[in-house]
Amino acid sequence: MSTVLEVSGLSVEIDVPTGVLHAADDVSFSVDRGETLCIVGESGCGKTITALAIMGLLPRSARRVSGRLVLEGANLPDLDNQDLAALRGERMGMIFQDPMTSLNPVFTIGEQLEEVYLRHRKAGRKEARERAVYLLERSGIPAAASRLGQYPHQLSGGLRQRVMIAMTLMCNPTLIIADEPTTALDVTIQAQILHLLADLQREVQMALILVTHDLGIVARIADRVAVMYAGRIVETGTRAEIFSTPVHPYTQGLLRCIPAPGRTRRGSPLGAIGGMVPSPIGPAIGCLFRNRCRYARNACAPNEITLAEISPGRACRCVLDPEESRRNFEAQ
Amino acid sequence: MNVSELTTLDGMEDAALAGPAPVVVMRRRARKHFSFLFGLVVLVLVVVVAVLAPLLAPYDPYIQEIPRRLMPPVWADGGMWTHMLGTDGLGRDYLSRMIYGARVSLTVGFFAAIISGLIGSSLGIIGGYFGGRVDTAIMYVVNTRLSMPALLVALALVSIVGGSLTSVTLILGFLLWDRFAVVMRSATQQVRTNDFVLAAEAVGASKLRIIFSEVLPNVVNQMIVVATLEMALAILGEAALSFLGLGVQPPTASWGLMVSEGRAFMFFKPYLIVIPGSAIFLLVIAINLLGDGVRDITAPEGRN
Amino acid sequence: MLRFCFARLAIAFLVSITVSIIGFSLLRLSGDLGAELAGENATQEDIQATRVAYGLDRPLPIQYLDWAGKAVRGNFGHSLFSGEPVASMIVSRLGVTGQLAVFSLLFAVIFGIPLGVIAATQPNSWIDRSALGVAVFGQAIPNFWFGLILIVVFGVVLRWTPISGSNTLAHFILPTLTLGTSAMPAIMRLTRTGMLDVLDSDYVRTAHAKGLLPHTVLFKHALRNAVLPVVSLSAVQLGFLLGGSVIVESVFALNGIGNLAFRSIQRLDFPVVQTILVFVSLIYVLLTFLSDLINAYLDPRLRVG
Repeated sequence: MSTVLEVSGLSVEIDVPTGVLHAADDVSFSVDRGETLCIVGESGCGKTITALAIMGLLPRSARRVSGRLVLEGANLPDLDNQDLAALRGERMGMIFQDPMTSLNPVFTIGEQLEEVYLRHRKAGRKEARERAVYLLERSGIPAAASRLGQYPHQLSGGLRQRVMIAMTLMCNPTLIIADEPTTALDVTIQAQILHLLADLQREVQMALILVTHDLGIVARIADRVAVMYAGRIVETGTRAEIFSTPVHPYTQGLLRCIPAPGRTRRGSPLGAIGGMVPSPIGPAIGCLFRNRCRYARNACAPNEITLAEISPGRACRCVLDPEESRRNFEAQ
Repeated sequence: MNVSELTTLDGMEDAALAGPAPVVVMRRRARKHFSFLFGLVVLVLVVVVAVLAPLLAPYDPYIQEIPRRLMPPVWADGGMWTHMLGTDGLGRDYLSRMIYGARVSLTVGFFAAIISGLIGSSLGIIGGYFGGRVDTAIMYVVNTRLSMPALLVALALVSIVGGSLTSVTLILGFLLWDRFAVVMRSATQQVRTNDFVLAAEAVGASKLRIIFSEVLPNVVNQMIVVATLEMALAILGEAALSFLGLGVQPPTASWGLMVSEGRAFMFFKPYLIVIPGSAIFLLVIAINLLGDGVRDITAPEGRN
Repeated sequence: MLRFCFARLAIAFLVSITVSIIGFSLLRLSGDLGAELAGENATQEDIQATRVAYGLDRPLPIQYLDWAGKAVRGNFGHSLFSGEPVASMIVSRLGVTGQLAVFSLLFAVIFGIPLGVIAATQPNSWIDRSALGVAVFGQAIPNFWFGLILIVVFGVVLRWTPISGSNTLAHFILPTLTLGTSAMPAIMRLTRTGMLDVLDSDYVRTAHAKGLLPHTVLFKHALRNAVLPVVSLSAVQLGFLLGGSVIVESVFALNGIGNLAFRSIQRLDFPVVQTILVFVSLIYVLLTFLSDLINAYLDPRLRVG
């Protein structure tokens, strides 16, 4: 079976002073070996929480309410802390957004790389060091051996992120989650990092979940896409399907915001989605996008709208008929 | 629900997101904060007692009644309601001395805090605002002061100048300003880089005006927190100096002095040291809790 | 790195000199030392004679240079009271005060750091609140009073420990408890605050993400970072403890430097007093310098320049 991770019905609630925050609601998707899934959405849509939930790194105030997270056959929520810690770093790894603060300032790069390997494998220091040097080189860091003795503050942001990537690969995990790995970096470095990730995946064939708000990144690197809005997945599909024939009005709205050479007429106003994301605190009834949706109707309000499968690997959470939706989009 | 109803939700959301005014938020927090309320109540009580001392004290604190010396408090054997907290080695009513002692502690605490606050805050704000050589010079002064053992210097100064309420207050005020300087300096440095300060400078406002109208209001919260801390330290300092005999002089009633006077009898009449010591302890706790409370209420993000 | 050391050392040296000048001047400027020494019934001639005898009639800078010149050669003058050389008086009492200060600091660190760590890992629990309660207690209680209470309770009522003098190590129990209790709150609070910040940091999250065991994350990754400011504070606290031992030495009749300072102040034995002031300041300056060095060693980010 080539499915590495299967998420079904994941819901995460966070206790806040004013009530209960539904950070993630009925999130479902899957990732295969060698596949890159991009979870895309605006800030606060729940994509980072989803990533943390998979890793078991939710903050203390968060309560995972329900859902299955099956990693290579094992349901993660069923595991106790010890077993979960054994999987982290070994079977699944995570790359965080800010490389400046994600590395411990008082330990050398080598120390931080080697400790992952030594923790999960019964190996000696020498073996760990060799693997660290190999991965640093593979991650495009010149003079890798000399870097081992350096401290994080001596490296630039781009180099630090490469170190993070190397660190996640130390034990050859089957799943890597990257949470906005390029957002904190210069634009020129962004391209290099993405290229590196794609390259590594081709070689190692791990499953890659890339969380981002940048559709440009999605267009470049994704095999499949899951669009999130207000804590819910609203559409899934392949990259081609999402970009050429989006079905959910939110996805369509997002794409309309991007000027497309050839399609967008000069002088016409840039697209925008009016209104604001509804507050995630308190119970959520019906479609959460309805007060910003140009096709909203009465059926959008009262009931639970499920993530319905349109075709294999393609799903949408909307009451509209997919065909009608596609026609709406083409009419622009 | 139709679409037109749905779109009006936008306006309501905006208003709901604005939230109540900061002062209202602080007042709400203050009402719920136990330490703050406790500290405030105790401090106000002690202030009231000190101010109304002549009305509240049953006796003159200086009058000695040798036949009535070393009477225990009312709850012990041989205690009487006429002298609720008993009498000391010279037959002076303990309750009255305690009440008047509050005046000493509060006076020293309050004024020493003000003096050290003025000195330290000025140095700190100037150093933090101007930076560069001015800052280096000021930090040098602060370091020099920190290197000197405050208690020893205070003791030496009092022995030369003579102990009294005034001299102790002044000496403590001129010695305890270091924390003000350090905290105000770092607070000013943080405020300094804010855009509204840069904007004021760009407009050409004079440095003095900027300091008073842009910097000061933003650091005053931390100043209050440090002030409570320093007030507590000044009270403890006066008590220690008086205990060692180099503070307020007898026959003035100072809680620290009372502990020292009661020391000779403490094995048999522990109340002589327990009562004044507990008063110092309670007052200092109250002031510290008050300071913690002010910090929590005005800047809960810094709370830990 | 070397330049860093030199710069720090130079500053420390300058501060020491300033402190010695201030200490020297304070004693002479804050009152008429000659009049004080001559006594209450002295006439103007007596006072003037006293001034000349002690060299107090000379201009201040001359007095200072004279003293400094001798001091650099190890001659700190003689006690006006006993005639002993000041240097040997201080050295003979150094052991007692040194022991008291070190024991008190150890007490504060041994109790303060673990308490702070535990409080930080269980915020708002009963442990956390108790730890903060202990901190409030330690900060507010008057040293001298706490010492007296301990004497009454443990020395007399329970008769567990000796209550004065410094002959055996047991004699240091109550004094250490007294002085240590005043030093512990700051260390505990700093540890707790530091840990709370660090436990929330991104690199601790990374450590968890790597699957490291919880105690590895706590002690290797978190504590190592949180403890940096505590080390600085401890070094500085040692300096404060040296200066603040006056009270404890007085209450427990310990024959240390604090006690010597106190008695010398009462007797206006100013050669002793000013030497002790300078001495304590120098130690504080040295400790601050030492803590800077330790900091640079522990935190690689500080090693630049």
